[in-house]
Amino acid sequence: MNRTIKGRESRIATRRGILQTSIAAGVAGLLTPLAAPHVWAKTYPSMGTYPAGVKGKTAFAAGMFPLTGPYASLGGDERNGFLLAIEHLNNGSKVTEAVPSLSKGGGVLGKKLIFGVSDSQTLANPAVQAATRFIDDNNAIVMTGAISSAIAVALEALAQRKKVIYMGDITASDATTGKDCQRFGFRLMPDNYMFAQALAPVLTKQLGHNLKAAYLVPDYTFGTSLHTELTQAFAKYGWTSATEQLAPLGTTDFTSYLLNIANSGADVMFNETVGADEVTSTKQAVQFGITKKMKFVIPLLSPFIYKPMGPEVLGGMYGTMLWYWGMQEKNPLVKYFVADFHNKFHYMPRPTAAECYTCMIMWADAVERAGTFYPPEVIKMLESGYKVDTIIGKEWFRAEDHQGVSPVVVVQGKTKSEIHGPADNWKITDIVPGEELMQPLKDTGCRLPSTTAA
Amino acid sequence: MPPTAVILSQAFSGFAFGTLLALMSSGLTIIFGTLGFVNFAHGAMFMLGAYAAFLVLTYTHSYIAALAAGALILLVAAFVLERGLLRFFYVRPPEDQLLVTFGLSVMLIEGIRYFFGSDSQRVSPPSWGDGIVNFWGIFYYPLYRVEVIGIAAAFLLALYLLLYHTSVGLMVRAGIEDRLMVGLLGIDVRRMFLLVFAVGAMAAGVAGVIFAPLSAVIPDMGTPFLIQAFVVVVIGGLGSFGGAIVGGILVGELLSLTTAFNPDYSQVSIYLAMTLVLILRPRGLFGAVGRI
Repeated sequence: MNRTIKGRESRIATRRGILQTSIAAGVAGLLTPLAAPHVWAKTYPSMGTYPAGVKGKTAFAAGMFPLTGPYASLGGDERNGFLLAIEHLNNGSKVTEAVPSLSKGGGVLGKKLIFGVSDSQTLANPAVQAATRFIDDNNAIVMTGAISSAIAVALEALAQRKKVIYMGDITASDATTGKDCQRFGFRLMPDNYMFAQALAPVLTKQLGHNLKAAYLVPDYTFGTSLHTELTQAFAKYGWTSATEQLAPLGTTDFTSYLLNIANSGADVMFNETVGADEVTSTKQAVQFGITKKMKFVIPLLSPFIYKPMGPEVLGGMYGTMLWYWGMQEKNPLVKYFVADFHNKFHYMPRPTAAECYTCMIMWADAVERAGTFYPPEVIKMLESGYKVDTIIGKEWFRAEDHQGVSPVVVVQGKTKSEIHGPADNWKITDIVPGEELMQPLKDTGCRLPSTTAA
Repeated sequence: MPPTAVILSQAFSGFAFGTLLALMSSGLTIIFGTLGFVNFAHGAMFMLGAYAAFLVLTYTHSYIAALAAGALILLVAAFVLERGLLRFFYVRPPEDQLLVTFGLSVMLIEGIRYFFGSDSQRVSPPSWGDGIVNFWGIFYYPLYRVEVIGIAAAFLLALYLLLYHTSVGLMVRAGIEDRLMVGLLGIDVRRMFLLVFAVGAMAAGVAGVIFAPLSAVIPDMGTPFLIQAFVVVVIGGLGSFGGAIVGGILVGELLSLTTAFNPDYSQVSIYLAMTLVLILRPRGLFGAVGRI
């Protein structure tokens, strides 16, 4: 062993050794730029806002959030998650330190992230107009935001057309990564199929088999999709539908729908509305005595509903969420995120903030691993199945439909005696891993277009 | 065909919601009839009433105090807005009036959002509104919703008496018919305009207080209500107080009864009715020829 080392040392000292070393160093020198991704990136062709959007020292991220309208409460929280993600990516944090590619901080690929935020008004048109402005005027290299699935579907279609990656955060409709899926669109949040699959066994165990259910359905993409998935998931346990009441988004009075539900003879009412409609319809259902007459379930809970409704209505009620700050007991990253978020915005983050935050982290990690902002390379990284440590858990996307493999959190409303603080409203009964809930690919209807398709 | 009990309960529900719509729309129609401009801030005033209810109920638990506060706050707000801003727009083109009230609406909504956030506030019905009324075993209805009919009817009656049985009301109605002539008779039109705007705003505020325990109390809560109130005013006749009441109940019934047969078409039904009225009787059911 010692002799070999000695031999090597003496060989380096020879003329041939010096020549060999010089050649090796030369080759290595030539290869180094090829290995350094930021230099290699220069050779990619133009696509979308690449390379124009990242020529300087900054890269622009666009966020379209409903800051007014029935989903304003969710949208404001979503925006705050976006802002904290930008701050963490630029300045570093304990959360981003857990992701190897992002551990050094200082922006993404050394570019400081700058951003634009626009109010989508919970409508697809203003969201698309704002996103188009951000792309055309600011050379946005990535965009996020939704809340309404109609917005998400419109934005991912724009993403495909404009060749700018869209990280869909809050959008549950199956269509987002189903029939309307796009190569440039990714959706991290579990879809309605996953929520329904997570809830059905838990609720059947609690309430029983072969029950009759009445449904209050928001009459747009998300609502009809959630409704289809719930009825199918519960049908496996013998549940049938007593009535289905479709109400438009922003309905002022749900009375007439609730009368039909009260008279339907159902054992359980599913209130599938979300946001302000969820509060209004729940309030009115309580006044109609529906919550006492039959079991009352909000399948996809908006966490803020606890404040206006209180434990009298929600104590003991089951529902699902995509994240809850109470997960910090199991995931230390959640603790860091919650602390930073609370310091910045002075309230406990909600799932909407966590989801948007994680979307930006997933995108930044993919860019760093690709070594370039060139969209097809970033898409390859997002499709690679690489698992990223996030505040939600280990997250990745399914390559074939860009659906995030994310867990569903089954929660139960806390009763008055269980509450220990203003935001301590829910107890986690189960965290169902995303892998167990994914819709079979053949059923999604997704056929991803190529990166060059319009 | 749904059972008779369902149709009866839906008809009652339509009436209950219709009275509330009538109260909201009466304010809108009085302002339009007299001042000649469409108040796009009417929905925001409805929302201010709901937030007044939230604050007063939180600290006093008195529903009567909440109603009084809702009316008073809107009275003060109307005085400030009319004297400080809107009176300068009476002689401006309609598009300027539309823009200024729309802008005002945005400012009021965002102002409330700044102080209270976007989350829904907790407003419960009064304790004397808890419970369910049994209508002869045919159908059941929440007690507070039944009481709402009475409260809204009382305010509508008060408005009716003010408009049709006082000298002030006579001047207002004369102003609706012929603003110029009223001015020529030596009546202080400016003061009358202020009064009309304040009364209209108060109607919206009171409607907001009444509706707060039934709805999510959020900054945008007045916007969908405003749209329905416009439909009521168009159907009832622009500037017609009676038209607002009949239109309100008609829209409430349409929304409710259509739901009994097919909920998918309930919202469409009111716009269909509005279209029919505009085709067959463009001035609305009770709108006078040549009025405004």
